[in-house]
Amino acid sequence: MSQSAEKVLDHFDLFRQPEYVEMFEDKKSNFEAPHPQEKVTGIVEWTKTWEYREKNFAREALTVNPAKACQPLGAVFAAVGFESTLPFVHGSQGCVAYYRSHFSRHFKEPSSCVSSSMTEDAAVFGGLNNMIDGLANAYNMYKPKMIAVSTTCMAEVIGDDLNAFIKTSKEKGSVPAEFDVPFAHTPAFVGSHITGYDNALKGILTHFWDGKAGTTEALVRQPNDKINFIGGFDGYTVGNLREVKRIFDLMGVSYTILGDNSEVWDTPADGEFRMYDGGTTLEEAANAVHAKATVSMQEYCTEKTLPMIAEHGHEVAAFNHPVGVEATDKFLMEVSRLTGKAIPEALAKERGRLVDAIADSSAHIHGKKFALYGDPDMCLGLAAFLLELGAEPTHILATNGNKEWGAKVQAMLDASPFGKNCHVYPGKDLWHMRSLLYTEPVDFLIGNTYGKYLQRDTGTPLIRIGFPIFDRHHHHRYPVWGYQGGLNVLVWILDKIFEEIDRNTIVPAKTDYSFDIIR
Amino acid sequence: MSALRQIAFYGKGGIGKSTTSQNTLAALADLGQKILIVGCDPKADSTRLILHAKAQDTILSLAAEAGSVEDLELDDVMKMGYKDIRCVESGGPEPGVGCAGRGVITSINFLEEEGAYEGIDYVSYDVLGDVVCGGFAMPIRENKAQEIYIVMSGEMMAMYAANNISKGILKYANSGGVRLGGLVCNERQTDKELELAEALAGKLGTKLIHFVPRDNVVQHAELRRMTVMEYAPDSKQADEYRQLATKIHANAGQGIIPTPITMDELEDMLMEHGIMKQVDESIVGKTAAELATAAA
Repeated sequence: MSQSAEKVLDHFDLFRQPEYVEMFEDKKSNFEAPHPQEKVTGIVEWTKTWEYREKNFAREALTVNPAKACQPLGAVFAAVGFESTLPFVHGSQGCVAYYRSHFSRHFKEPSSCVSSSMTEDAAVFGGLNNMIDGLANAYNMYKPKMIAVSTTCMAEVIGDDLNAFIKTSKEKGSVPAEFDVPFAHTPAFVGSHITGYDNALKGILTHFWDGKAGTTEALVRQPNDKINFIGGFDGYTVGNLREVKRIFDLMGVSYTILGDNSEVWDTPADGEFRMYDGGTTLEEAANAVHAKATVSMQEYCTEKTLPMIAEHGHEVAAFNHPVGVEATDKFLMEVSRLTGKAIPEALAKERGRLVDAIADSSAHIHGKKFALYGDPDMCLGLAAFLLELGAEPTHILATNGNKEWGAKVQAMLDASPFGKNCHVYPGKDLWHMRSLLYTEPVDFLIGNTYGKYLQRDTGTPLIRIGFPIFDRHHHHRYPVWGYQGGLNVLVWILDKIFEEIDRNTIVPAKTDYSFDIIR
Repeated sequence: MSALRQIAFYGKGGIGKSTTSQNTLAALADLGQKILIVGCDPKADSTRLILHAKAQDTILSLAAEAGSVEDLELDDVMKMGYKDIRCVESGGPEPGVGCAGRGVITSINFLEEEGAYEGIDYVSYDVLGDVVCGGFAMPIRENKAQEIYIVMSGEMMAMYAANNISKGILKYANSGGVRLGGLVCNERQTDKELELAEALAGKLGTKLIHFVPRDNVVQHAELRRMTVMEYAPDSKQADEYRQLATKIHANAGQGIIPTPITMDELEDMLMEHGIMKQVDESIVGKTAAELATAAA
């Protein structure tokens, strides 16, 4: 059937037409030399067994569907949290296209980032000229207030030295000598996006605090009453940072958000394109050295940054992506202790409302089994919340989680009666998760968009929480931190639970006996 | 404790760079300095005389076994040798594959993160051959080695390499703090060796720190996988290394930004000293038979 301009069939429908069905079958039997269907089915069934799971977990050299991204992605995330800052990735263009599309697909916003466009000659002769020309072009075309440089694998393999390159570029006049060009080496084959976030943030703060790569005097700290807040790499940064600011304002805390991404990834459609929007001002970033304390919301996103800040004399506190009542309590009490500001009645009320909501829905969540994967801090935060709800986080997996993280999760499981049959899997991937879901089935899976393949294979309903979420819109505008955030996560979980109940009780007089509209 | 001193030895392959550096560092250890040697050569032979070992397990080979560098502990890779000199070898791939330069970067980052530089007076990097890629230049980046010592001899190619290494240092010296500490001439008994080495040092704007004479005791010690300092501390050769160590120790902050010369200038220099004759262009590319016919 040929397409008609009046009524264009989408490929979903087009490929179901008889001629296409027949064509695909012909192609398969005539050209693909397929194994017999029974054998294919047999192998698929075998991959669901314990025997296969054991082989799967004995895997050493191969990773299948890792639940992590690479360092420069995190570096770009950190960079755009600062006022009018252009992320500049020293390396090849394809990598940068990936960071931009990844963020655009998640946040549904344009995401600006430039590359030094290294090609084969740069790989042979070094990327110095690309840095010189790239910085000059980026500075003149996009008028940033700061350019934050990170690297891809290619620049790292040939050993380009950012410090020397940036100095030379300034000497050659690419950007004015006093223009801020913080940098971080972010080899993509080491760590993950949270490592890159850590390195880049550390690079930016070190730049402002410790004398801008030897060009000025290091700042002398004069402690004030402010606190710094670091959110970490966070798919909910837009909603979360707005919520944190609201909470701090309610408490009367004076603060600096180090890396405020909430505006740049949520610009209004009012006819004006904003390449940069909001963000921590460069002055605030520099003055942040004077703060009395620094709070990191995600310990594993600030493993290098936080000790560096502590060395400057700050009191530091790290959390693990706190979600729910107890975790938010701890966070607020720590902020209250650090600042001496009381937790206001308004927040106490919000807490009461979250507790009330949890109690209202407890019957549906209590005892349900969950598998979850994501970044190490988010896994800790969500698993703690599930335990608080009386649910069982049966499988907890982080590809970029290390052994120490695993021990931390295990300690949390050991401390809860609901954690008894739960296990943690540091460094494993989503193909491991597939085996877990087949051999030890759970009621629900929590993860990012890539979990939809696990849902398709194993039939475990997916609750989309994490990064990236490409196939559902606007969730990043809602917070998951604070009591309000806890309520959002609770609702997302409950929605899926009820959808499943409905799906299983939809056939009149067969699976549906009571015509329930109340849950 | 005084500030950490970081130095690096560069030089053409086979020039005796590792032997010279290990003997010098052993002499420094005799002076009571706490030393860390970072071997940056895929051959991993920068520490054998200190450790009395054939080849030390390298950071990269251990990392490959363990899965990644993050799985390693400092104790796994660092060995103690003569006079408690700490030794690590970065290691690298077999010839023909992979990227040895990246190995140097990975290893040095690992050592810094694991605090290997704490509580020592000297870090010495032993780096192969010319500066061949950004990775091998890692030891001369800012906040790494402050002075580079180039081991050379009176041979043409060794001097050519010394000049090339100076070019690498120059590149980083402008933007960073690295300086050329001086040349160390390892005697090959070529014609006018001392004279030439001094002339080259002059051209490069530096000095010949020490002229190490040739002595068979070095070979005797090497066969036993020992430094001369340990094998024959009372020998004349041990005294030479002691002098070199003292000179290097006193050379802190005395390094210079080198002024590398062109290939033509280098050849001119050899001619000045009568090592190389003016080439008769009419005989270039002619076989012996052709020349014989022409002469007939």
